[in-house]
Amino acid sequence: MSRLGTIGAKLYRGEIGYDFVGKRKLWYGISILITITAIVGLAVRGLTMGIEFEGGAVFTTDKTTHVSASVQQIQEDAVAASGHDAIVQKLGDGSVRIQIAGIDTTQSDKIQAELAKDLNVPANKINADLVGPSWGETVANKAWTGLAVFMVLVVIYLAIAFEWRMAIAALIALIHDLTITVGVYALVGFEVTPGTVIGLLTILGYSLYDTVVVFDSLKEGGKDLTKQTRWTYSEMANRSLNGTLVRSINTTIVALLPVAGLLFIGGGVLGAGMINDISLSLFVGLAAGAYSSIFIATPLVADFKEREPAMKALKKRVLAKRAAAAAKGETVEDDSSTAGDDEPFDDEPETAVVGQRQQPVRGRGKRR
Amino acid sequence: MAAPNKGRRPAGAPGKPGRSLLLILIAMVALGGGMFLGGHTTPRLGIDLAGGTSITLKAVPQPGKQNAINKTNMDTAVSIIDRRVNGMGVSEAEVQTQGNDNIIVNIPKGTNSKEARDQVGTTAQLYFRQVLTEAAGSPTANPSATPSPSATPSGKSTAKSTGSATPSPTGSSTPQGRAVTDGLKADATPTPSATPTPSASSSASAADAATAAKLQKDFTALDCSSAAARTAAGKGALPTDPIVACSQDGSAKYVLGPAELSGTDVDSAKAAISQQTAAWVVNMDFTGKGSKKFQTTTTKLSKATSPQNQFAIVLDGLVQSAPSVSTTLSGSAEISGSFDQKSAQSLANVLSYGALPLTFHEETATTVSAALGGQQLEAGLIAGAIGLALVIIYLVAYYRGLAAIAILSLAVSGILTYEIMTLLGPGIGFALNLPAVCGAIVAIGITADSFIVYFERVRDEIRHGRTLRPAVERAWPRARRTILVSDFVSFLAAAVLYIVTVGKVQGFAFTLGLTTLLDVVVVFLFTKPVMTLMARTKFFSSGHPWSGLDPKRLGAKPPLRRTRSAASAPTDPKEA
Repeated sequence: MSRLGTIGAKLYRGEIGYDFVGKRKLWYGISILITITAIVGLAVRGLTMGIEFEGGAVFTTDKTTHVSASVQQIQEDAVAASGHDAIVQKLGDGSVRIQIAGIDTTQSDKIQAELAKDLNVPANKINADLVGPSWGETVANKAWTGLAVFMVLVVIYLAIAFEWRMAIAALIALIHDLTITVGVYALVGFEVTPGTVIGLLTILGYSLYDTVVVFDSLKEGGKDLTKQTRWTYSEMANRSLNGTLVRSINTTIVALLPVAGLLFIGGGVLGAGMINDISLSLFVGLAAGAYSSIFIATPLVADFKEREPAMKALKKRVLAKRAAAAAKGETVEDDSSTAGDDEPFDDEPETAVVGQRQQPVRGRGKRR
Repeated sequence: MAAPNKGRRPAGAPGKPGRSLLLILIAMVALGGGMFLGGHTTPRLGIDLAGGTSITLKAVPQPGKQNAINKTNMDTAVSIIDRRVNGMGVSEAEVQTQGNDNIIVNIPKGTNSKEARDQVGTTAQLYFRQVLTEAAGSPTANPSATPSPSATPSGKSTAKSTGSATPSPTGSSTPQGRAVTDGLKADATPTPSATPTPSASSSASAADAATAAKLQKDFTALDCSSAAARTAAGKGALPTDPIVACSQDGSAKYVLGPAELSGTDVDSAKAAISQQTAAWVVNMDFTGKGSKKFQTTTTKLSKATSPQNQFAIVLDGLVQSAPSVSTTLSGSAEISGSFDQKSAQSLANVLSYGALPLTFHEETATTVSAALGGQQLEAGLIAGAIGLALVIIYLVAYYRGLAAIAILSLAVSGILTYEIMTLLGPGIGFALNLPAVCGAIVAIGITADSFIVYFERVRDEIRHGRTLRPAVERAWPRARRTILVSDFVSFLAAAVLYIVTVGKVQGFAFTLGLTTLLDVVVVFLFTKPVMTLMARTKFFSSGHPWSGLDPKRLGAKPPLRRTRSAASAPTDPKEA
């Protein structure tokens, strides 16, 4: 803690910091590159759709039964029983997973019975998961609806709680996260199942968590910004970002840890299935979400904000003042990252009125 | 909700930590008490964890009737499927709608899943048949136990524009004929030959002694006391054959003639309060074709004597009601009797089902053996334990003493989640399935995130050189706002997910939404008060190195303990 704590303190005071906003072009570039890669990956390789999207059945034997047949043999049996291609997997615990695509739910009982005979396993020890051909589509369609509804609602909400610029920036960051997640799925070739779709939808709320935390301090910082001439909006944004960096990192790590636990169990022990699908897409999406809230969302807000006349005027004043100070030979912090102030954003050296923390009386006095 | 909230009380006031803690303690004890009183101490497990079969059906409207998928129709379908599944002798099978057009059927382990799926998959068969003989439900039953659902049924014409009641001769000279064949013959003759009713001609010709004898034998042997036997009785019979059948509740058994009308002849049916008698009745309207058939049938029935003047409404081989007819009816009819609101609606449901312009497709069917269910539950719990352990390790490593508060808060949140989930089992039929377990695990992160937001705020205040007590209070309003905004966004995502999705996804969304709400409750009523109390202890307020709030380690610059004064001017020395 101590080390990180000190770094946290320095970040908080702005003694050290990374110029996220200043270097935004670089990160926009990187993101655009990643997004293009994702889209190209999606276009070229496409998504590997799970059995839920074409219909079929997954049979899993209980781990209590012992299946002696080899994978190849089981596969031949399955193909013979169903007349369709079959994917056979032996799972870590000795159970067998047989996935047959393209069969009807009505055919499956027959196939199940035949498999039971071939594998020498009682039929009731075989778990069956049958999916009609339109099921995946139903789930996906509802997911799209949900996605659209959520995006509209969240943009409205953020526009009310913060402002529309932040809402738009958050939305772009969100789309960015989803694109990256889908891209990873296309490129790596993970199977897309309804579980994946659930995970993807959950990212929505989650990826915004970090963004909201940063935006909240951004809002505070931006409150009386025009009354001072020390920082431009971008600089203030950058300080907010650095000030909440530790928080963002911590919340992301803490959010990822349980998902990692799920992934480990889902992938490592259960082999496959819904846990794995949900946690995998959550993991990818959360990581992308943490990245985008820091590197994309906030710099975007700064970009939008700097277009406001008030902020343009502020920037002019700030620069003019700095030039004047430089002319006088005063030492001036020309960059937020080197400024050693105690608070990241709410000091007002000129007016010395009030901090932004809703504290009625907290005069600051002159600072220099 | 989360608009910047200028705290009701001054930011610096510590509030009343004791009261909040007491409140949450009472809530925990009350929920726990309710749990034990209700007799359910573990959450109800879903099919994928407990074993069983889960079927998702999707409603498909008949061509040209796209708006047939509506709540009324879906509810009718659910109640019919529910009857049918539970009629197999399965207990605790549950049928519910999900989303707009899906019906989920969950059948616990121990049932023949294949038979269950067959039952669910077939279309409901609703027929109107003439009652030929009626008797008490079981071979040994005493005569007093014979109230059928319509104890004093009487067919009356309703004064609707479509319906025209023609007075019919009562006390007709129809031969008494207790014997089945006699009844059939007697009925067949007066039927106008022009009617399309297949029963008339076919039964008349097929009324040979062998069939009659067999029917009579079946009828005598029929025992309606068990649900399975009731369902088995009327199974597999063709609509054109006479059958034996039990009443829905097993209190009566019948020999029934061939089907006169089928469910598709019913246009609509509604439960209503009769304007004349102020009692519950069921109004039904027939389709054009149905009206003609019904007219024919009632003409015939009204001339017969009891019990042959009754027509039985038979759903899937079970007699739902057997009202008698006294006049000829056509386009619409009113069934009166000793109905209460529930039984009237139930009968109306049955009648409407045949008219539902919906068919159901089996979208998914999952059969999970108890062993796999247990295995999945175990895996989920292990995953949760791993996730929780990782979070705790991280929190302790980073926040030291503060982690204790976080862990306690997580525990409170966990207990509340568990209690509410358990209570919701019997309450609203919530069942913990695998995605719900995933949701709970993912929620560990969301909940812990709130603590982090608060802790970091407190640390920021300490970095300003504040002592702990004011730091805790000053950090709260700002942390509170952040927590509310982000929890609201999470909740919004969960709510949207819950509303628009189907299947197991709902379990996931539900847990996520529930834990997000509880997160707010816990942070407000537990974490914050505990922080306030903790700030009074020496261990934390002195900034013990293990407290996680050591000003030195946090990089606060001296003077460390200034007296707190509102206008302490040059706050922090800075800018060396």
